Amino acid sequence: MPAPEQRRIIFQHIDEPGYSNDLACYQQHGGYAVLKQAVTRQPQELIDEVKKSGLRGRGGAGFPCGVKWGLVDRKSGKPIYLIVNADESEPGTFKDRYIIHQDPHQLIEGTMISCFANNVKQAYIYIRGEFPHGARILETALAEARAAGFVGQNICGTNYSCDIFVHRGAGAYICGEETGLIESLEGKRANPRIKPPYFPAVLGLYQCPTIVNNVETLCHVKYIAQHGGEAFAKIGTPNNTGTRIFCVSGHVQRPGYYEFPAGTITLGQLLNEVCGGPLPGRTFKAVIPGGSSAKILRFGERFKGKRKVGADMVDYDWGVEDVPMDFDSLGMIGTMGGSGGVIVMDDSVNMVEALANINAFYSHESCGQCTPCREGSLWMKKITTRMVHGQARPEDAALLKSVADQIPGRTICAFGEACSWPTQSFLAKFGDEFKMYPEAKHKPRQEALPLV
Amino acid sequence: MNLKPETLSRIDEVITHYPVKRSATLPLLHLIQEDVGYIPEDAITWIAAKLELEPINVYEVVTFYPMFRRQPIGRRHIKVCRTLSCALLGGYKTCETFEKEFNTHRGEISPDGEVTVDFVECLASCGTAPVVLIDDELHEKVDCAKAQEIAAKIKAEAAGRR
Repeated sequence: MPAPEQRRIIFQHIDEPGYSNDLACYQQHGGYAVLKQAVTRQPQELIDEVKKSGLRGRGGAGFPCGVKWGLVDRKSGKPIYLIVNADESEPGTFKDRYIIHQDPHQLIEGTMISCFANNVKQAYIYIRGEFPHGARILETALAEARAAGFVGQNICGTNYSCDIFVHRGAGAYICGEETGLIESLEGKRANPRIKPPYFPAVLGLYQCPTIVNNVETLCHVKYIAQHGGEAFAKIGTPNNTGTRIFCVSGHVQRPGYYEFPAGTITLGQLLNEVCGGPLPGRTFKAVIPGGSSAKILRFGERFKGKRKVGADMVDYDWGVEDVPMDFDSLGMIGTMGGSGGVIVMDDSVNMVEALANINAFYSHESCGQCTPCREGSLWMKKITTRMVHGQARPEDAALLKSVADQIPGRTICAFGEACSWPTQSFLAKFGDEFKMYPEAKHKPRQEALPLV
Repeated sequence: MNLKPETLSRIDEVITHYPVKRSATLPLLHLIQEDVGYIPEDAITWIAAKLELEPINVYEVVTFYPMFRRQPIGRRHIKVCRTLSCALLGGYKTCETFEKEFNTHRGEISPDGEVTVDFVECLASCGTAPVVLIDDELHEKVDCAKAQEIAAKIKAEAAGRR
């Protein structure tokens, strides 16, 4: 079956010749018309549209946006804050970069609509430190929007006022975790908070109700405000509505970003047709489908079970290539859609070395407040690095598994899961390669690049 | 620590963005690092006084976030992405090329003072791997040949200044 056509909603103008990131260009393309219209409606109507749309968060967890907004404590009398999570840092993910750099006003408009809908008093865009240029672009765009009355005092001539400020991070991955992000925005170390009681919707920034949404999610809100929740829900598949941006990197002919209606494209279509297949003379070996913490899939393995299609339960028997790229299907086969970052590895890659690379990342990025994660991520890195650069032993696989198995469920935030899933899944899928590594590492492999 | 008047006015402005002064800790550290080149000891006490905090509150932030540095670096900061997607396409070789070109090691200032080469974690441009951030400028698809080109350009600029 041929791959479906791309449908670019969020990336409509990305890489379009002549499209610039200033206000004039944005308005020539109809920009801020949706905001102008939205502020004439009842805020609750807009929240209802988002609920109807079925929009799920695009940052990684896939939590329904309307539900998130519905949890906000509106009775406390405290101000409500909204934070745009632009701390894009899950390895393999690079979609928000292009929105921020090439179409910042789309994000600002989506943010302002969300602020109005939720009666937000103040919004912040938390942008990762490694986007210095992106931060300047956003500040310029905000200044333009403020001058034109789309941000700040009396938005579009109404009584509603809300400002947006840019806040730069400083290189810590954990700031993508929403409670870590809030701590960081308060000027502290980004140690995530424990839930309960610190649900951002109730006790967030400055202990006030706070909404944290991903960049792409807020852009979808703009589309929903424009076309309605029902129209949005018609794109994609039930429970996986709207479009999804896939960021493909690693060993394919055409890496890059591709936007499709959610759930309409399979992993095989994406990698073989859209991305042009493996590099010359190579075959696909493994793929991580939703950012580096998502569990790895091995080409050749099969997934069987029953799934719901409409009202019926239907048997499925999928190879890796047959899996539809949506939250639910990827969840069913034991991995996740996460942030949409697809990392592809071909047969030149040794899995021990690839895992050593990933473990070095998570060990570097653990915030260090929970012992199982701080120590576990460090030891997983030490063991895999020793296997590559020092002595590798057949029993290392069992040792790695025992470390990884003791982390998840024992930490304050989901980083514990995120850092143990790669080790657990690499061992489950490529256990043979780990056991053989002590012998295999001494055989010369000319084509392999160092990974750690 | 002598801050430029422009830095001082930006510091005063950014504090107004937050209902709680402590929130301005990261922005102030960024502004001072951009001005001075690194975070000197007296910057920590200065920020603490400015934001009505204890110095430890600032110190713990400086030591937590990888982008803040306590020592000066070379004239340019070459940050090579180390993470998986870049490594799969040769990120380690790219980093080695820069080290060799400037006769230096990761984390050190090159003997001519021109650059500091560092490995950093994911720069979120995995589709154009391997990527390198030089000061604020992102360079994409930097294989060994392109790394050599970039190095030659930096060296030529350095020679032009002498």
